[in-house]
Amino acid sequence: MADFDFADIAPPLTPDYALLEANKCLFCYDAPCTIACPTHIDVPAFIKKIATGNLRGSARVILEPNPFGHSCARACPVEVLCEGACVLNDRDEQPIKIALLQRHATDYVLERKLKLFQAGKATGKKVAVVGAGPAGLACARDLRRWGHAVTVFDAKPRPGGLNTYGIAEYKLKADVALAEVQDILDLGVELKLGIMVRSLEPLLEEYDAVFVGIGLGKTKKLGIPGEDLDGVVDALTFIEHLKTHPYHETRVGKRVLVIGAGNTAIDAVTQAKRLGAEQSTIVYRRGEDDMPCYDYEYELAKRDGCAFRFDALPKRVVGSGRVTGLEVETPQGTEAIPCDMVIVAIGQGARTGLVVPQGNPKVFVGGDCANGGAEIVNAAAEGVAGAKQIHQRLTHG
Amino acid sequence: MADLKTSFAGIESPNPFWLASGPPTNTYGQVAKAFDQGWGGAVWKTIGDPIINVFSRYGSVDLGATRMMGLNNIELISDRPIADNLKEIAEVKRNYPTHAIIASLMVESKRETWHEIVKQTQDTGADGIELNFGCPHGMSERGMGSAVGQVPDYTCQIVEWVKEVATIPVIVKLTPNVTDITYIARAAVKGGADALSLINTINSIVSVDLDTFAPAPSVGGKSSHGGYCGPAVKPIALHLVSAVAKDPQVQIPISGIGGISTWRDAAEFVTLGAGTLQVCTAVMHYGFRIVEDLIDGLSNWMDERGHRTLADVRGRALPNVTKWEELDLNYHLLARIDQDTCIKCELCWTACEDGAHQAIRRLPRDNGGPVVEIIEEACVGCNLCAAVCPVQGCITMEPVPNDFAPVTWKEYAAGKGKLAPRSEQFHTATWSKSR
Repeated sequence: MADFDFADIAPPLTPDYALLEANKCLFCYDAPCTIACPTHIDVPAFIKKIATGNLRGSARVILEPNPFGHSCARACPVEVLCEGACVLNDRDEQPIKIALLQRHATDYVLERKLKLFQAGKATGKKVAVVGAGPAGLACARDLRRWGHAVTVFDAKPRPGGLNTYGIAEYKLKADVALAEVQDILDLGVELKLGIMVRSLEPLLEEYDAVFVGIGLGKTKKLGIPGEDLDGVVDALTFIEHLKTHPYHETRVGKRVLVIGAGNTAIDAVTQAKRLGAEQSTIVYRRGEDDMPCYDYEYELAKRDGCAFRFDALPKRVVGSGRVTGLEVETPQGTEAIPCDMVIVAIGQGARTGLVVPQGNPKVFVGGDCANGGAEIVNAAAEGVAGAKQIHQRLTHG
Repeated sequence: MADLKTSFAGIESPNPFWLASGPPTNTYGQVAKAFDQGWGGAVWKTIGDPIINVFSRYGSVDLGATRMMGLNNIELISDRPIADNLKEIAEVKRNYPTHAIIASLMVESKRETWHEIVKQTQDTGADGIELNFGCPHGMSERGMGSAVGQVPDYTCQIVEWVKEVATIPVIVKLTPNVTDITYIARAAVKGGADALSLINTINSIVSVDLDTFAPAPSVGGKSSHGGYCGPAVKPIALHLVSAVAKDPQVQIPISGIGGISTWRDAAEFVTLGAGTLQVCTAVMHYGFRIVEDLIDGLSNWMDERGHRTLADVRGRALPNVTKWEELDLNYHLLARIDQDTCIKCELCWTACEDGAHQAIRRLPRDNGGPVVEIIEEACVGCNLCAAVCPVQGCITMEPVPNDFAPVTWKEYAAGKGKLAPRSEQFHTATWSKSR
């Protein structure tokens, strides 16, 4: 059996390295890293606590404003957030390794199953949360801390949303995502899985408030001939399969084309390569500078030996029954790129099938379904903000 | 190249860097290796009636991720027979005739006992004797070490006994664990000491284990106060060396000891009057090899500044160590921030605002411009902002000329001289409230 490399791309810090790195932090006042974080984690405070050996306190500083501080430490685009804002960049140095330090502190409490938060005294109020992703569960955690009863509904068999099903395997594995989720559920969150909520009406009758964090829908269709051929798969389905099965069970072609150039496309092209594809190539209709993925994600794919075809607009998936190629339009004319697998990663569409009533004061929304698709940290921030609004409404009417 | 040859109270050495008496100078093998690597001299680990040590002897203090910025020890003097030590000293001297080899001695406070050990030592051909009147732990409980060095009369008495038979220079090693070291230094001079060495280690408990409540170094859960040394003690040593060097009643050569780890440390000791420099903790941390940069760095600095010999720089900073009452009250400074190199950490702001004189103004980060600026009318030139700034040269302290003649407190208190207008005057209750 092939040896698959899905080890963490950013391995954890050793205690010695963490101490050295933590002591390098300048402890800025009004720190730009904190400002840059959507959940405004007090970064210098948690790093100082690592330096003093107070890891429990450090984790609390992280998790208080961001219930998903652990998965954020692994999957946040820190290069454009906290680490990108680090003042050491202005001294022409590497920024403090904030993500790895954040993981160092949160690993400590997660591995020891330390309980940093407790459920509040019961208020008698009940809140329904639709969607067990980061937004919904972040909201649920704070509502439980304030004593409100919370029931979370999710269509999937396991909670965690994209944290469990959709993050590249070398960044965040499902078992870690689920352990983080469990910590929140342990506050007494009632979880109802395998339930697709199709209307809020019954929930609005039974609950005092509803938070909707249902994320986005399926990957958009290409809208070109041949996209239903065998061997054409959408990126999220591909990654979900990889993350929920032994590695060898996820089928991958020898010559894989990934259509799209966002961060999910990078996840798909690198995971395909690591699953054993001989060639794994991004096909993008525009130029290198137009790619929507982060620069470091692009670098990651290049390091993995993935190839890139720019200015290639897919016109037709070729094959009879099974895909054998992709016809693209290039500035030089039409060309057929041979392949045996096509992964579509051109973004998710809005979720259909649940109408969220506008202007209902009992309904709150957050996460990808509200922001159009962003990072875990944005979902967490919106979930926490939603919980605050709901709490306000339930306690002060 | 600068000439580092040293003549100290008649003791010659190829350079001023001596190993201080301690674990690195315990055996022939160590001292010979050190001389091979460039050390100019060595003070042998203190010889006396062999003792029995405890296991667990050193306690270390880290600063952040930096290891061993301070070290203490509860190790006693040599645990080797006197005869073995003396034999090896003789052997070192025979094989390294141009290096300085000093025997550190500590015996019970009896005239005959001192006479006996001094004579035996001289038979080895050693270049000098150092009297260990400084060790603060263990031996002091038996009436030796700092128990002698803390009492001027005892110090004088034993130096006199030693000098009755000594034919080689006698250096008295002083303890810092006294209220005023100059009294002890004067007593040593009165007894006839040829030179002084200072400082010995400082009484200390370096840490407590918060799980077991055992102080470090833990000997089965218990400890005793030990002698503190290493980079942390350098400022204390510099002060005491300068105090002794400036004392008109002392005026004998001083061997500087206390946290010397780099050539810069060494040069600073020399400018405050040290004739030779003794190093122990830095060697315990990094080995004998550090002498290479001690020599190289000191030589380069001397060459760059045009100092030919150590005598050219020795004591040069001493006239600048004065009483506070002799400092110029009209010498005004103002902090300047170089906005081009500022990285916007705001450490200067929080330090000044909470810890000093509220003389920095914070500007909104989203303006894109500077985030901190000096409030000139409130800045008292204290240096704190420059001290905390993580960018070299970003915050500088600049003299602000005024038309007033210098005036010291001594003069001003006597009704002489005029104070230039001062920023401190803005620190009134009204001014503070207006912020």
